[in-house]
Amino acid sequence: MSAAVLDHGRIDAAGSPAVVVFLSPRRPVVRNKPIMDAIFRNLTRTFAFLVFSLLAAILVSLVIGSRDSLAHFGIGFLWNENWDPVKEDFGALVPIVGTLATSAIALAIAIPVSFGIAMFLTELSPVWLRRPLGTAIEMLAAIPSIIYGMWGLFIFAPLFQSYVQPLIASTLGQVPGVKVLFSGPPMGIGMFTAGIILAVMVIPFITAVMRDVFELVPAMLKESSYALGSTTWEVVWRVVLPFTKVGVIGGIMLGLGRALGETMAVTFVIGNAHRLSPSLFAPGNSIASALANEFNEAVGDLYTSSLIELGLILFLITTIVLACSKLLLLQLAKREGVPT
Amino acid sequence: MNRIYLRRRRTNAVMIALSTAALAFGLFWLLWIIGVLVYEGAAALRPSLFIQMTPPPGADGGLANAILGSILMAGVGTLIGTPAGILAGTYLAEYGRRGWLAPATRFINDVLLSAPSIVIGLFVYSVYVARVGHFSGWAGALSLAIIVVPVVVRTTDDMLKLVPNSLREAAAALGAPTWKIITAVSYRAARAGIVTGILLAIARIAGETAPLLFTALNNQFLSLDMNRPMANLPMVIFQFAMSPYDDWHRLAWGGAALVTLLVLAINIAARVLFRK
Repeated sequence: MSAAVLDHGRIDAAGSPAVVVFLSPRRPVVRNKPIMDAIFRNLTRTFAFLVFSLLAAILVSLVIGSRDSLAHFGIGFLWNENWDPVKEDFGALVPIVGTLATSAIALAIAIPVSFGIAMFLTELSPVWLRRPLGTAIEMLAAIPSIIYGMWGLFIFAPLFQSYVQPLIASTLGQVPGVKVLFSGPPMGIGMFTAGIILAVMVIPFITAVMRDVFELVPAMLKESSYALGSTTWEVVWRVVLPFTKVGVIGGIMLGLGRALGETMAVTFVIGNAHRLSPSLFAPGNSIASALANEFNEAVGDLYTSSLIELGLILFLITTIVLACSKLLLLQLAKREGVPT
Repeated sequence: MNRIYLRRRRTNAVMIALSTAALAFGLFWLLWIIGVLVYEGAAALRPSLFIQMTPPPGADGGLANAILGSILMAGVGTLIGTPAGILAGTYLAEYGRRGWLAPATRFINDVLLSAPSIVIGLFVYSVYVARVGHFSGWAGALSLAIIVVPVVVRTTDDMLKLVPNSLREAAAALGAPTWKIITAVSYRAARAGIVTGILLAIARIAGETAPLLFTALNNQFLSLDMNRPMANLPMVIFQFAMSPYDDWHRLAWGGAALVTLLVLAINIAARVLFRK
């Protein structure tokens, strides 16, 4: 007896499985083929497993690619500030510092702005304006990275050089202590410019997460606070923010992950100088832009391998940051009982 | 008492003003960038842009080979990445209620969604380009496919989870096997959402440059051979914008306007489609 018939019989004889009753001699119209189920299930499972192993595959391939450099420089690669293709002396300090510095500038600008936008969109905006304004902010994330770079190099950097940098140099640049951060000639391009452009690029990501988590706050809580006479700001600062703290940090980490790995926009404006400078106006280098600029011109195994090790460092940092972000957001979702 | 009240009112007014200013700040950059692209791009958007090949410096030309190359690689990348992403997303949403694979994959997929695209380029370089020994359109398409997958997995998973279970139960009660329920009921109910995900993925890879640097590279000439280095819009924009030649800059602006308007249009179309 084929499996299909058995199945059919089982349905007919739900109460007494021992008695298989066939009401009609016709074969069932829908035939259950367990083989198809197994095929489909295993097919989807295989692809899920491929996605699952992709992260590890990337990691392994980068480790293999950088084995020359790992063996030659060891752990000292991380704090060696030289980058000399001629003497084949490579170190990751300058690009690591550049990556972290530009991302820090980006976050310093993007966090308050994103918070303001999320507050406007969830508490202040008229309902009919929420969707168009929210979509417009999301469009900032849709613009390709290379467009930010090109616009930054041709339009933003010259204006920044002639108007904003002299202004900062004559104000913040005179304050003892932070003076050194804003010293040097205004060149338009440099780490500060890269940081500002990165800020614009990560604002939509941080805003989106903040908006989502702000909307998780039960209306009851906010209404109670309003009923006690709180102002809008007090509701946001004392009720909404404490309630969503974990999610907000998760959103910031997501923005950080994005900023660290951003390539083309930074490559255009950072100046690509392998030099450590205390001034943010000075040109620097980031891991991603060093890769973009030098990888195809790299001669020799050690040079290529060192660049791949830079990529490995970048991938490790962003993966850890993004994983933390995801864990924080999951934690908030679990507390709310909302499936992610 | 009155003074405290006034101070609170004042703080509130200042913060509301700052919040509005933050929104204006965000919109300001968007309008500025789009404005610049329309202004600079208008001068370059001529029919010759779509017909002629990329020129040597000083000569007149267009971007036809780059446009074709981009369409070809994005097309192949989408064709590889979409089925893989949909199948993986199906597992997460439909079969993944029990076991460790689904939550772990969902977690890793979210990390991959934001992973630096230049590292994806390095990955494809090490596993493919370094092995075969030359840059090629296939390698470019492969790296774009790897970027498509997480986007499609995420939207497929989300959209299938929105399909009410009563639909699946109704189909099961009619005797449909699981694979039939998924393909004939769940997919159909989630179709708009899944298509939205595919559109967003296409928009994402249309302007991707970093992963193509080490894979497809670039090509001055028209080539439809996927086994050779292939011209593509983002790389041409990069090369031309970084060059010292004015003609090349103008073409780069034309390409930039083209890519951005396309990407924004796809994004808006995807949102309109999903809202229906």
